[in-house]
Amino acid sequence: MSDTELKSGSNLEKLLAKGEFVFTGELGPPKSADVELVKKKAEFLKGAVDAVNITDNQTAIVRMSSIAAGLIALQCGLEPVIQITCRDRNRLAMQADVLGAYALGLKNILCLSGDHQCFGNHPTAKNVYDIDSMQLISMLKQMRDDKKFACGDDIRQGKKGPVVEPKIFIGAAANPFGGPIAYRPIRLAKKVAAGADFIQTQCIYDMDRFKKWMQEVVKKGLHEKTAILAGITPLKSVRMAEYMRDNVAGMTVPDHLIERMKNAENPSEEGEKIAIEQVQEMKEIEGVKGVHFMAIEAEKTVKDFAKKAGLLPRPEV
Amino acid sequence: MIVAEQKPLDEVYEFAKKYKKVLIMGCGTCVTVCMAGGEKEVGIVANQLRLKAKENGDDFVVDEHTITRQCDKEFFDEETARKIKAADAVVSMACGVGVQYSAEVFPDMLVYPGLNTKFFGTNVEQGVWAERCAGCGECVVGDFGGVCPISRCSKSIMNGPCGGSSDGTCEINPDVDCAWQLIYDRMDKLGKLDELEKNQPIKDWSTARDGGPRTVKRDDVKL
Repeated sequence: MSDTELKSGSNLEKLLAKGEFVFTGELGPPKSADVELVKKKAEFLKGAVDAVNITDNQTAIVRMSSIAAGLIALQCGLEPVIQITCRDRNRLAMQADVLGAYALGLKNILCLSGDHQCFGNHPTAKNVYDIDSMQLISMLKQMRDDKKFACGDDIRQGKKGPVVEPKIFIGAAANPFGGPIAYRPIRLAKKVAAGADFIQTQCIYDMDRFKKWMQEVVKKGLHEKTAILAGITPLKSVRMAEYMRDNVAGMTVPDHLIERMKNAENPSEEGEKIAIEQVQEMKEIEGVKGVHFMAIEAEKTVKDFAKKAGLLPRPEV
Repeated sequence: MIVAEQKPLDEVYEFAKKYKKVLIMGCGTCVTVCMAGGEKEVGIVANQLRLKAKENGDDFVVDEHTITRQCDKEFFDEETARKIKAADAVVSMACGVGVQYSAEVFPDMLVYPGLNTKFFGTNVEQGVWAERCAGCGECVVGDFGGVCPISRCSKSIMNGPCGGSSDGTCEINPDVDCAWQLIYDRMDKLGKLDELEKNQPIKDWSTARDGGPRTVKRDDVKL
């Protein structure tokens, strides 16, 4: 595919277009204006991933903005995926941010509902939810493809100004295990119809259930219209496994994994081993185009993991 | 109905003790039904204030009165006017509408809210009321099997459910139903699941509070 046929020309888009099995990571911005920390985390991830999600006030805790941290990551040689939640911004702020992100050279945006603010450090805040994640996807697609704002106005400064639309590679999230379970593939189809170029899933432990979900996805032909990246987060302890099972919406951690973690001499190493096995398994599942690796607050472990999982070196485009 | 809850007695007391004569005024409509500000509750609050005043050695008189609706001028009759004028301040046990309307009818009177107005809702079981409408100005429940995603989804998601729906409950609290599970179940039962495959466009919020304070004007009923 030549660059002119690409929607955004992002590294992520190019690799997917080439048919590479992509590996994306995550960088959580600091709860401060600490530029050095962003740079340090970026350094850990450089060369280890094809693109890196920059979270947006994740778990509703205030952090350095995704775009600002994303620009620092970009300057460090990474390709950011800017996350935008519907919780904190209305359609005006979102469109302004999308123009700004694109102007700064940020080419991938992931559209999210966002965790409810009651989970974070400002539970008394007013939430926005002017539009939902589905509508955010549609809005970005309209901005990119129709070169129009949500209101229908052309994306141009005045009648004679050039139309300069944000050429964004549009991502969305999917939780294959949320309720109602039968509706999940349908909701994914809605996201694809809205314009999601790629999908990053909730982290997966129950491979059997994930495979069943993927079968539905393939049956609907969605894997050909969007690139599905399977979410993986290594388990670090039995406690974490049990927490994930008991407290994260829709998530199941199969008993055999909990047993493995319990019997392991070094649970953290065992968790890593399980995740490496998952990566190999993901490569074999029809329709899975890559892995989204969420090493929560453990960016420094990513390169080592990628190496052990046989994912290095990352392909060039 | 409009559902409300009583304010903590201490808050009302702090207001009331600043005056010589306070009228506790109830409302006979929504807040009577939700057992927050009807005649019975007015009697209880008035007595609690009197007892507390006695305990604290504060000197003020508490009068009681309840009218059918504090949001309608016609119910502010002569007796009500007399009682209000005889008081130094009024604690309105109506919803926020009644409190403000009482103050509009009697512009010289200090009116303090005795209730916290919560939402438009219904009585789901004895002692439990739940929100059902956000008054967005353009009803969409017809598209969702009679379940409102604006008022009942914690994120007002029009194309839900988000990833936080689990076992029929919302991520914010396992005691809160996931509106989208309810929508899904209703549409399934009605044989209309295919309608949930269509993407709902961005909503026009200008009909909601976001468009500024709202009025309804109807020429057909104007005098």
